[in-house]
Amino acid sequence: MFDFLSNYNDPSFLGAFWMTVKLTVLSAIGSLIWGTLLAAMRVSPVPLMRGFGTAYVNLVRNIPLTVIIVFTSLGLADIFGMTMGAPDDFKLQGFRLAILGFVAYTAAFVCEALRSGINTVPVGQAEAARAIGLSFTQVLSLIVLPQAFRAVIGPLANVLIALTKNTTVAAAIGVAEAAYLMKGMIEKEAQTLLIGAIFAFGFVVLTLPTGLILGWLSKRLAVKR
Amino acid sequence: MSSVLYDAPGPRAKRRNAILTVVFFVLLALLLWWVWRTMDDKNQLEWKLWEPFTTSEIWTTYLLPGLADTLKAAGLAMVIALPLGALFGIARLSDHRWVRGVAGTVVEFFRAIPVLLLMLFANEVYVRSTDISSEDRPLYAVVTGLVLYNASVLAEVVRAGILALPKGQTEAAQAIGLRKGQTMGTILLPQAVTVMLPAIVSQLVVIVKDTALGGVMLGFTELLNSRQTLAAFYANVVPSFIVVAIIYIVLNFIITTFASWLEGRLRRGKKSTGAVIPAAAVGGTTATGGEGGGVPGLGTYIQKQGP
Repeated sequence: MFDFLSNYNDPSFLGAFWMTVKLTVLSAIGSLIWGTLLAAMRVSPVPLMRGFGTAYVNLVRNIPLTVIIVFTSLGLADIFGMTMGAPDDFKLQGFRLAILGFVAYTAAFVCEALRSGINTVPVGQAEAARAIGLSFTQVLSLIVLPQAFRAVIGPLANVLIALTKNTTVAAAIGVAEAAYLMKGMIEKEAQTLLIGAIFAFGFVVLTLPTGLILGWLSKRLAVKR
Repeated sequence: MSSVLYDAPGPRAKRRNAILTVVFFVLLALLLWWVWRTMDDKNQLEWKLWEPFTTSEIWTTYLLPGLADTLKAAGLAMVIALPLGALFGIARLSDHRWVRGVAGTVVEFFRAIPVLLLMLFANEVYVRSTDISSEDRPLYAVVTGLVLYNASVLAEVVRAGILALPKGQTEAAQAIGLRKGQTMGTILLPQAVTVMLPAIVSQLVVIVKDTALGGVMLGFTELLNSRQTLAAFYANVVPSFIVVAIIYIVLNFIITTFASWLEGRLRRGKKSTGAVIPAAAVGGTTATGGEGGGVPGLGTYIQKQGP
């Protein structure tokens, strides 16, 4: 029944899902860093930085991810010659370009989640902290950020799950991940329903534990007010 | 101005902020200059690449038909997904455990799967077991994928909307002798729809963005796909991307603004219970293919206003 799976070697079934996992993890790390920087800009006392952060978030999240990913390939790579350090290896280049696109897009949502976390901390706490003489860095690292991070585990989990599903868009520029393999398989094999089911199952396996673990964690760590 | 992070600035803080502003301005200017230079180097600023966009021909031949298809698919998906979502949302609140269980499983299943897989799957099913013409097939496949995914998201919105209503509504309905179906149909659902309108409207942004998947993967002639035909004809890849991105941004900005205007209006409304599901609660402003997992649940986002 599952014989046809072994007919595919480039990518193989597990190889394709491994690619999905790699895309997800690397993009998640990248967008967490860039998203945190954006969030820092959006809450900074400098109006110009706030303006840049706001503009970035509002522009990027209204552009379809598909447009961004296709642009990295047709625009950045083909026209601007951005090879991402892999001028001869098109597979690797596509992989890195896709991650660049995912980071640019997902960071906007990470930023919004973090910013809402900072907003959950009551202003009075910071005022009290300043009143007892804590410096800005101390207020930030001892009072605000610990509470903010605990508040945004849930929203960040949603962003991560959305990112996992969004990595399928990389198929649009030929990155051999799950959706790419499914498209090839489903066109060649007769068992449409079975193939659909195993790929669906693959994504349930990837997203369900993420949601459950982080959901449990966010409940456990939430600051009760 | 006072926030959690910083106090009203004194003389030292003012000086520091001024320095930061200058440094950031210089960095930003350098970045923009670099982008401009790179574009110039690759001859992307030449007027002949941009000029077509000032003619009506490019709009009537490529961009507007593409936009029309994007809107058609998004509109159809929303219209079909809404009643379906309402049905499943209500089913998840059923008193019968098996109805709850089945509806819950279906909803969680379709939320866990990428929209692209649903579209590819639907396309192949239509190829094999229906005689929809190959011209119409991409539209059918895109709409099917969007409906399956968004109905399950909307189901959660509907459920949250009903749960957001004060309990007294149900109790009063029961007290005057309405049956369960009547309570749902005449008391809860109409109010829930109002409560969740902003969230429903902002879900449209997600749907509009997701139609682009059909353009690349299934050859659906929406905006992104029209861009490709356009760029092949005028040889202006980068400008065409920029123009198409701007169209998407403007379109989605209008939808988002409308959603938050609606939210503000509903919050101020005297007749409502004051419960509103904010536009930002759904994937609407959150992601392509929206949010998944559904573990934290929409319920956590619901805000109620005081009397």
